[in-house]
Amino acid sequence: MKGRWLLVLALVLLVGAFVLTRLVDNRYVYFAAYVVLQYVVLATAWNILGGYTGYVNFGTGAFFAMGVYTSVFLIQSVGAPLPVQIVAGGVVAGLLGLGIGYLTLRLRGTFFSIATLALAVVLQTMIINWEYVGGAKGINIIRPAQAPFFSNYVEFLFMVMSLLAIGSVAVAWLIEHSRIGRGFAAIRDNEEAAECTGVPTLRLKLLATTVSGCLMGVAGAPFPYYLSFVDPVSAFNLSYALNSLAMPVVGGTTTWLGPVIGAILLGTTQQLATVTISSELNILIVGVILVFFVVLAPEGIVGLVRRLARRADA
Amino acid sequence: MAEPLLRVEGVVKRFGGFQALGGVTLHVDRGERFGLIGPNGSGKTTLISCISGTLRNDGGRIFFEGEDISARPAHQRARLGIARSFQIPRPFHSMTVQENLELSLDYAARHRATGDHAAAALDILRMVGLDAKARVRSARLTQIEMRKLELARAMAARPSLLISDEAMAGLSSSEVDDLLTILLRLNEAGTTVIMIEHIMRAVMRFSQRIAVLDAGEKIAEGPPAEILNNKAVERAYLGE
Amino acid sequence: MISLDLLLNAVVAGVLLGGFYAAVSLGISVTFGLLDVVNIAHPVFVILGAYTAFTLNSAYAVDPLLAGVVFAPVFFLLGVVVYRIYYTSFESKGESSQAGGLVFFFGILFIVEVALILKFGVDYRMIEASYVGESIHLGPIGIAFRLLVPCVAGLLMTLLLYVFLGKTFYGRAIRGVAQDSLALRLMGADPVKIKTLAFGISIATASVAGALLIMISPVEPSIGRAYIGRAFAITVLGGLGSIGGTLAAAMILGVAESLTSTFSGPSWALAVSFGILLLVLAVRPAGLFGRR
Repeated sequence: MKGRWLLVLALVLLVGAFVLTRLVDNRYVYFAAYVVLQYVVLATAWNILGGYTGYVNFGTGAFFAMGVYTSVFLIQSVGAPLPVQIVAGGVVAGLLGLGIGYLTLRLRGTFFSIATLALAVVLQTMIINWEYVGGAKGINIIRPAQAPFFSNYVEFLFMVMSLLAIGSVAVAWLIEHSRIGRGFAAIRDNEEAAECTGVPTLRLKLLATTVSGCLMGVAGAPFPYYLSFVDPVSAFNLSYALNSLAMPVVGGTTTWLGPVIGAILLGTTQQLATVTISSELNILIVGVILVFFVVLAPEGIVGLVRRLARRADA
Repeated sequence: MAEPLLRVEGVVKRFGGFQALGGVTLHVDRGERFGLIGPNGSGKTTLISCISGTLRNDGGRIFFEGEDISARPAHQRARLGIARSFQIPRPFHSMTVQENLELSLDYAARHRATGDHAAAALDILRMVGLDAKARVRSARLTQIEMRKLELARAMAARPSLLISDEAMAGLSSSEVDDLLTILLRLNEAGTTVIMIEHIMRAVMRFSQRIAVLDAGEKIAEGPPAEILNNKAVERAYLGE
Repeated sequence: MISLDLLLNAVVAGVLLGGFYAAVSLGISVTFGLLDVVNIAHPVFVILGAYTAFTLNSAYAVDPLLAGVVFAPVFFLLGVVVYRIYYTSFESKGESSQAGGLVFFFGILFIVEVALILKFGVDYRMIEASYVGESIHLGPIGIAFRLLVPCVAGLLMTLLLYVFLGKTFYGRAIRGVAQDSLALRLMGADPVKIKTLAFGISIATASVAGALLIMISPVEPSIGRAYIGRAFAITVLGGLGSIGGTLAAAMILGVAESLTSTFSGPSWALAVSFGILLLVLAVRPAGLFGRR
């Protein structure tokens, strides 16, 4: 069964990541790898809603920042440990997804997308005005003195993010191969027909926005410890919105593998490129790649490979 | 007198200033073969959409198996046993033909379908003559095949009431006969069928009772022979 | 006790701002309201217009409004090109490609904004024009020219568009194209050409709206994002398909923002548009004067 092999692969990767931390000392590798893994989570999360049901979320930054700032709040108020931060971040962001979904999903999909755009702006305004979590000037976060199991904290965060990445891909895989996933696909293909075929479209869409938002919040929860400094500009950074959308589109939106491929490809190249080109040029290139793919290769890399395979068979 | 399977009482539907249905009342008995005809724009599809739940009626009530379903969302009505095919086919284009039916079995027929969904889907496909294309992506079917898929997907919902909305438009004479046979067989097995068609010989042959709509109102109702001789019906179709 | 002077000035400023907001939202009112195309990149074209006005103004001392009008045909052509790509890639492929269309405009939004950052940097740019610093006073109310001119221009644009859509053949064709392209074809007009024309016009308005924007305040590339929420809130509140509704809604939003800014602080003004958008969608999605 394909699922079992994937589980084995996941375990192998986890073990491999652990071994890596024993062998490689260069901190930069872990910093960069963390970002790529974070994008695996974000791209996968985006795709559960955007790719599977066809509802486009432009506000990834808002959900990600909810995870970030929930952690900041918990650190400042009760000094909560990382696992609690992750769960809390997921819950808060998930509720946000549920809320925005409940308000807009009864209307057309375009209204949902517009609302997500505006959502990021409004939440950023609110955070800027909230001094307790740093407000506009940001806040310094002190990492815990000792990292559990590891010699330095960045390696620990790298392992945590690896776990989260595998976990979110597992969620996507489970959804895709379930009755719910088939319902999602029906909504994407023809929502009115899906509703008449007994699919509870509103309920499923709300489920998708909640799960998607939750995973984005989970991706943001370790961010304060990772960067040690949090301010609204970095938390709500628009490159999250752009990348979490571009990576599934480039990789392929109909399956869990697409966001993974897109995240690894685009994420790694961007990490390598940051030393040579400005971040603006970086975003410009991602934007161009996105438009290129959505216009000329909407089925993404996965779709292109499938088409080639079919032609080879024929 | 047994409770009719479907009871439509004074259903009104407005789109902005335009009244598509002006208080339609009719009923369909369990196991009946019911025809719904009328000139283009008379409100047939609007009425069907109100019954299936795609549209909410603005006035009047709709009863199914004695229960007022006027406020129920479409997916619940599908679960209760109302299935409709769409005039312009709406396949789930990223799925194969078989997967389209399996979705119906998975959701609408959830509490009625027992056993292997894949086998059940293939059975229905065989009935409509699409089994050879079971693994083909539904986006690649011809127009006629998509029509059959529409009907097959509605059948896969294991409905007690099947509404066929112009499923035969554009089909050849023998294809029309094929579909008629399928619908007759379905009805024999217990499914109540409402047929909307413009192909008169099909409706006349199939229906036990026919209702005629014109400009959102029911202008006639009765057995086929009566409808054929009804002057009001003639006027509606041919104009004065 | 709230100062009456303060209140009056806030309301007047809001009304003036509303006229300008109408200019920005007209493009969306046409594309979203009449063509059902969700061009979220429209505000970034407005910013592009602001920068073209800036360039002409700083290099050749051209009046910004004149620059906006002169460049409108160029923007029209740009709109034609963009729509052609959009149409062949998405609209012609049926309703399930709508998501792709949204993503397309999102990409365009980023590309144009970042291109502007690369060319002009993130410093604020402004224009020099003789009348911009002046203002007139009616009793306790101060009316700044830099707000008055854009407002009047916005009102004029709304009027022109209203007349065009209502009285000319092409205007009426644009009105009807979303609802009845069959009737249009029977009249000999190609629906795709009509839609392309409409989209081109909407981007052309962005050229002028951009010139007005830079008259009101200095610009930098990312301020367009604030206008996405505003323009869509205005279009939805006014009612899809109603130009007059867009103007009314723009005024309402302008006053609401101005009051919020004066009494609660400027950083909350942005939340007003989102709040209005959500409120309208929840309570009356057809808006004030919408037809659907």
